[in-house]
Amino acid sequence: MQDAPFQKLVLLVNGLVPLTLLALDAWRHQLGANPYQFATRATGVLTLLFLILSLAVTPLRKAFGQPWLAKFRRMLGLFGFFYGGLHLLTYVWFDKVFQVKDIVTDVGKRPFITVGMASFLLLVPLALTSTSAMIRRLGGKRWNRLHRLAYVAALGGAIHFTMLVKADTRLPLAFAGVLAVLLGYRILNKVWPGYTERKPLRAPTKPARS
Amino acid sequence: MIIKKPEEIKGSEITAKQVFLSRRTFMRSATLAATAAGTAWLYRQFTPHTEEAHTGTRIATVQPAGGPALPALNEARTSFQDITHYNNFYEFSTDKYGVAPRAKHFITRPWTVEVGGLAHKPRTFDLDDLARLAPPEERVYRHRCVEGWSMVIPWIGFPLSRLLDQVQPMGSARFVAFETLADPKQMPNIDTRILDWPYVEGLRLDEAMHPLSILALGLYGETLLPQNGAPLRLVVPWKYGFKGIKSIIRIRLLEAMPPTSWNLASPNEYGFYSNVNPHVDHPRWSQATEQRIGVPGRRETLMFNGYADQVAGLYSGLDLKVNF
Repeated sequence: MQDAPFQKLVLLVNGLVPLTLLALDAWRHQLGANPYQFATRATGVLTLLFLILSLAVTPLRKAFGQPWLAKFRRMLGLFGFFYGGLHLLTYVWFDKVFQVKDIVTDVGKRPFITVGMASFLLLVPLALTSTSAMIRRLGGKRWNRLHRLAYVAALGGAIHFTMLVKADTRLPLAFAGVLAVLLGYRILNKVWPGYTERKPLRAPTKPARS
Repeated sequence: MIIKKPEEIKGSEITAKQVFLSRRTFMRSATLAATAAGTAWLYRQFTPHTEEAHTGTRIATVQPAGGPALPALNEARTSFQDITHYNNFYEFSTDKYGVAPRAKHFITRPWTVEVGGLAHKPRTFDLDDLARLAPPEERVYRHRCVEGWSMVIPWIGFPLSRLLDQVQPMGSARFVAFETLADPKQMPNIDTRILDWPYVEGLRLDEAMHPLSILALGLYGETLLPQNGAPLRLVVPWKYGFKGIKSIIRIRLLEAMPPTSWNLASPNEYGFYSNVNPHVDHPRWSQATEQRIGVPGRRETLMFNGYADQVAGLYSGLDLKVNF
């Protein structure tokens, strides 16, 4: 159970659970009175959730000395991109019925759509460079610098969410707050390495079996 | 030197490879199933409640819709389930699916409505007084929410003018102000201060006296449920839904334009009039189309929500882009 491929499989299956239930509920007409709006909202929240989880991996790993978390980062980020794509699809399909002209007008005219669309587009190069081969090709340093865009995209997503709610900004602001904490940790870590990190505990040597 | 040879493990004690592998498979399947069940449970905490609505009490002697100049509406009525489970009533919850379960035990009887201000005969009415004011009529109206969705609702109610006539507005009265109950003991979301409670709304007196403006006591032939504004709410079909203030406890006649809740919360987004108008967008989204609940695809929003023939005259000479 300790092997990485199995642990990743656990994440893969769990990441697909919300989509499966969403599809199942849609098929059984159990998405409530406004299924279109619900699907848009659900995929949007899932996008932010997975982006934040992917950004939380490194701070958690360092702050609590848990190196094993690192292997989940790529898949969490890709789930963010995946749900972001579905979120965009719900808008293009249900709201704009694939009318490209209307979409272009909307992107130009509605700031929250502009921010949302820009945030999603920022994720595209990140998804494209997520393979190990691309990491090697870009080199770790350049790859890391590029992938800092994930913060911009996630913050953009939280702003997009805050801008569209009518009055109750608690959930979007909670997302923004968590992002601020994660970003704060990174900055602190830069200024003050050592202080914010905890060395991973060496795995305890198991007593030899007799 | 004697080197003690460790005791050998007996062959019978070694787990057979088959058993070892099948146990591993079992443990892995169990881990997958358990975590997936946990995630599913977590997801379920955020999905809409789909419980069936409990019902109100039947209202006897409902007159068919036949009010003066009431336009016929040949559009499918939204289901009772959807009307009662997709609600904006921020005192209970900002989640439209969450209002019905949280408002379930809201006490709506006894209930009184104080009607006063610039009136010759100010008076407090209880529900029985209100029921006696006018025979309950069925009014099937379009309901357009400022968020871009709409319904068709068979309200039961009576013209607001019948109530105002009872208190005899003074000549100086030009506006009508309404107030919702704000009871933190019964309304769990009041503590959040998301809006400045109590919820208040207002109409110009001529809008209030218009035959299409009604006070609703029920829908689909039954008394209102709390989530729809029980026991008494305003319905002004040519305005955005939030103008239809719910669970009213006070009505006052005034000379000056009264403050209204959404206008106070965001003055550049929600005006006093808030007439349905596809040509004046909300600053953040378009009002040109709407999602009819229960019907796939979006439809064009109509000027004054389709009641232009009846109400456009109220606004002649008024710039609706400025007075949105």
